[in-house]
Amino acid sequence: MTSSNDRPEPGRRMEERLYTNRYLVDEGRPHVRLRRRAIDSDELKSLVRLCPAGCYSKVERGRVELSIDGCMECGTCRIVCQATGEIEWSYPRGGFGVAFKFG
Amino acid sequence: MRHHFDAIVVGAGPAGNAAAYVMAKAGLDVLQLERGETAGAKNVQGAILYADALERLIPDFREEAPLERHVVEQRVWLMDERAHTGLHYRSDDFNEERPNRYTILRAPFDQWFASKVRDAGAVQITDTTVTGLVHDADGRVVGVETDRQGEPLMADVVVLGEGVNGIVGQRAGLRPELDPAHVALAVKETIFLSEELVQERFNLEGEDEGVVIELMGAVSAGMVGTGFLYTNRESVSVGVGCLLADFQKTQVPAYVLLDRLKAHPSVAPLLRDGETKEYVAHLIPEGGYDAIPRLAGDGWIVVGDAGQFVNSAHREGSNLAMTTGRLAGETVAALKRERLACTEAHLARYKQALEQSFVMKDLRKYRRLPGVLHGNKHLLTAYPKAISAAMQSFLRVDDVDKRTKERRMLGRFREARGGWRHVVMDALKMARAWR
Repeated sequence: MTSSNDRPEPGRRMEERLYTNRYLVDEGRPHVRLRRRAIDSDELKSLVRLCPAGCYSKVERGRVELSIDGCMECGTCRIVCQATGEIEWSYPRGGFGVAFKFG
Repeated sequence: MRHHFDAIVVGAGPAGNAAAYVMAKAGLDVLQLERGETAGAKNVQGAILYADALERLIPDFREEAPLERHVVEQRVWLMDERAHTGLHYRSDDFNEERPNRYTILRAPFDQWFASKVRDAGAVQITDTTVTGLVHDADGRVVGVETDRQGEPLMADVVVLGEGVNGIVGQRAGLRPELDPAHVALAVKETIFLSEELVQERFNLEGEDEGVVIELMGAVSAGMVGTGFLYTNRESVSVGVGCLLADFQKTQVPAYVLLDRLKAHPSVAPLLRDGETKEYVAHLIPEGGYDAIPRLAGDGWIVVGDAGQFVNSAHREGSNLAMTTGRLAGETVAALKRERLACTEAHLARYKQALEQSFVMKDLRKYRRLPGVLHGNKHLLTAYPKAISAAMQSFLRVDDVDKRTKERRMLGRFREARGGWRHVVMDALKMARAWR
């Protein structure tokens, strides 16, 4: 299944999915950062659909934006963009980030 | 705080906990570091606990570990979009004094396991992310740096149980970056029902019996992957995982796959009126034997997911994690006892112990499987579909004679693969991969 639709989500919205999860957000110290190039790579663009927490979205003029508040620290974006160098990924500071209740 | 330990363990998952537990029990001075606010806060699994691996560490774990249900029934469903063909195995023999498999919730389970590590005498510090390894002038690993203020923490050996992403070891050049074809992305929801509803819907007796359903076919939408549905005491864990390389190709969001699975006519009635209380995502190392990295060097040793120890054919991982952790811990403890340094040459005993164990034997057995599935995705699509169609024509009673029906059923398999030759080739490939 491929679709040219930029909205990756038929059905439930991501906020609803992540609503019950527990996070301790490290304000002002995101553990994933974008290192932008002149043009977003296809790998980076693919994260709009691949990130299971919907952290990547396409905004005006097609640039990819990152908002890591819902990040589950899975590492998908780290691996997908390892060759392009557009993502700087580390674990959050100790104690911060997602805290699974059931895991 | 003291600044030199016999061993520092990075991570408090099943591998790190097993290693720390064994070493602390042997009297070593062990420090364990965990980045979550508690052990388990960052960890995700289906989850099935295989008792044997834990029993070898903590024989009476059943008396106190937070277990959900012991597994009395295994179902495997081959799915198409609207149907499933099932294989069920249920036995009252699984209602034994020391059951072999349990469903668990990893967060509470890991907290319990970590408490046993503390009881054994290890120093455990949570809320602390290890940011790098410390080397001496000769390149030996001699400690770790953390995101806490202060000097690095030093030890004779660092046990890396840092999980699938394993960025500490990776950044130190101890192992390569993960290949998207060697790692699966899995998503899961924990959906709460009442204890009674779980029992009624899954045909279970009492609060302790549980069922495991493994899902194959349409659930992975043509990708190499599987789904699952496990019963916990008053919830079910439902999830799906596929190779990241396949997600890259199809561009199907993982949560869309999970929503489709939950809405499948065979699954939806089991989940009706349930309340999702958590949605999680995690990577699973699936590269198998050939993806196993270097396992030890001067002053360091790797355990669990960081070492790619997952048997994807049998959905086993936590037992390999506990076993590799135990064997690493035993290796370090023996070296300490013999007053030998944790050099690469001495730590090679760990690799030898692994080779003697089921861990390497099993991983070597399925060495070809990841490649075969990756190159033959029709095995997970064409066959479930053909089987479903065959079952339907077999079960529908009408005026078509049975011989004609049989001929049509066989015809479906031939058509599904474009000729008998391909069907035979598939069977041979799978047999070889399984051998």
